[in-house]
Amino acid sequence: MVGRRAGIGLTTVASVGVTWWLLTSVTGIVGSARFPSPAEFGVSLNQILTRGYAGAGLAQHAVHSLKLVVMGFAVAVVTGIPLGLWMGWDRRVEACVNPIFLVIRPIPPLAWIPLAILWLGLGDAAKIMVIWFAAFVPSVINAFAGVRNIDRPVIEAARMLGTPRWRMVREIIAPAAAPMIFTGLRLSLQASWTTLVAAELVGALVGLGFILNMAQQDIYPGMILVGMVAVGILGWATTWLLGQAERRALAWNVAARD
Amino acid sequence: MTQAPLSLSQRLGWGLLGVTLLLGLWTLLTATGFVPRQFLPSPLEVATRFTTLLTSPFAGATLPVHLASSFQRYAYGVILAAAVGIPLGLLMGWFRLLDDIVTPIFDALRFIAPIAWVPFAALWFGTGMGGPVMIIFAGAFPPCLINAYRGARFVEPRLIEAARMLGTGHIRMILEILLPAAVPSIIAGLRVSAGLGWQSLVGAELIVAAAGVGFMMVQAQGSVQTATVMSGMIAIGVVGMAIDVALRQGESWLRRRRGLES
Repeated sequence: MVGRRAGIGLTTVASVGVTWWLLTSVTGIVGSARFPSPAEFGVSLNQILTRGYAGAGLAQHAVHSLKLVVMGFAVAVVTGIPLGLWMGWDRRVEACVNPIFLVIRPIPPLAWIPLAILWLGLGDAAKIMVIWFAAFVPSVINAFAGVRNIDRPVIEAARMLGTPRWRMVREIIAPAAAPMIFTGLRLSLQASWTTLVAAELVGALVGLGFILNMAQQDIYPGMILVGMVAVGILGWATTWLLGQAERRALAWNVAARD
Repeated sequence: MTQAPLSLSQRLGWGLLGVTLLLGLWTLLTATGFVPRQFLPSPLEVATRFTTLLTSPFAGATLPVHLASSFQRYAYGVILAAAVGIPLGLLMGWFRLLDDIVTPIFDALRFIAPIAWVPFAALWFGTGMGGPVMIIFAGAFPPCLINAYRGARFVEPRLIEAARMLGTGHIRMILEILLPAAVPSIIAGLRVSAGLGWQSLVGAELIVAAAGVGFMMVQAQGSVQTATVMSGMIAIGVVGMAIDVALRQGESWLRRRRGLES
């Protein structure tokens, strides 16, 4: 069964490739002003790798974007998870913070981009702020839900045994909420990439979104595709890394509880 | 968790405290001149600006007109996503071969942020209506497809076996067995789609558009009119919330109706 699926999958990918080649290179039904042919894609890739495009090589653009995503994501995680845990732990905090969330949440993170540019300019700070905003909400909500879903008896038992507060957080609350927290982190990461690309498209001087922006203005479809592929690969790679981290963290948890 | 659930008055009290703190801090920062007005206008100024925008035009139109043109694009994009995604998801849930063919393509495209389609969208469909609609489609399509597919895949096997035994054809099977069973999942997907579509719309309008709320905000940003930018954010938030409430109402209406029927 797995063999069949993989076989059909490979056939599909191969036929998409052949169709792409037929439509662009052989018949020219899709002109090169609309979508690049495989050869044009190769030329663009070669150009950005060897001579650079939009002021830098592909590696430089990619590293810059990656850095912003990691920083925004990290700030969101470091601030969001503790707030979520706290909201889950103390109903007064929840009652206090919830209305603010209710007001701010309907505004999509991307709508903060113009304000962030007004406040912090076109540099890195504005982008980190918007990414933080985008990644913050899923982190908080899932950490909160994770705490709320812990079985009460578990906490009551720990309390009866006189577990000090800090040990309670470290050994009961955080491990029990971990699966939900990781779900939130995955959503946060996805939101971070979307926001980064949008922020860089609106205004930037380096980065993958900037490649897309320049390529759009130059009407250079080959380079647009290079930018999109780069965004996709980095998004996939960071998600994969997070999945690995999740497996390790949760495996450790199970081992620790045993 | 530490305490019993709060009473209503306690909830209200703490909630009020939170909002008051936020608004108070905002007012304080602006009133003391700690933050220049240019960067952060006072809440009152934003409110005044918002009401002014309702009647006097900025960036070519009043706020309601901008909102109307945004909403039109949004509706086209989401309807298109639902019209393509839901049937495709149901078909994939029924025909194994189609599932095996579409899934690898879909998985490969999933990691590209919808906003990254902006350059091609602008190139293929222009920046007026088509380009933004395509980006909204790119944002709203995946949840429609995934939820219709999951809904169709997790139909109780006995229903399918019974229908099959009675000689039900492919089309009737999809329309009369899979679709009704998948409706709750589809509706949940639609709500996610609606949210993501609204988000994509804002992104699209910030980058490529000549009208709409996003366009208005970019223009205001260019001329450092912070109050106008914030008015745009409020308008986006309010409409986004209204869409979600409307879909939730639709969901519960549907649930009630199904409950009565069965």
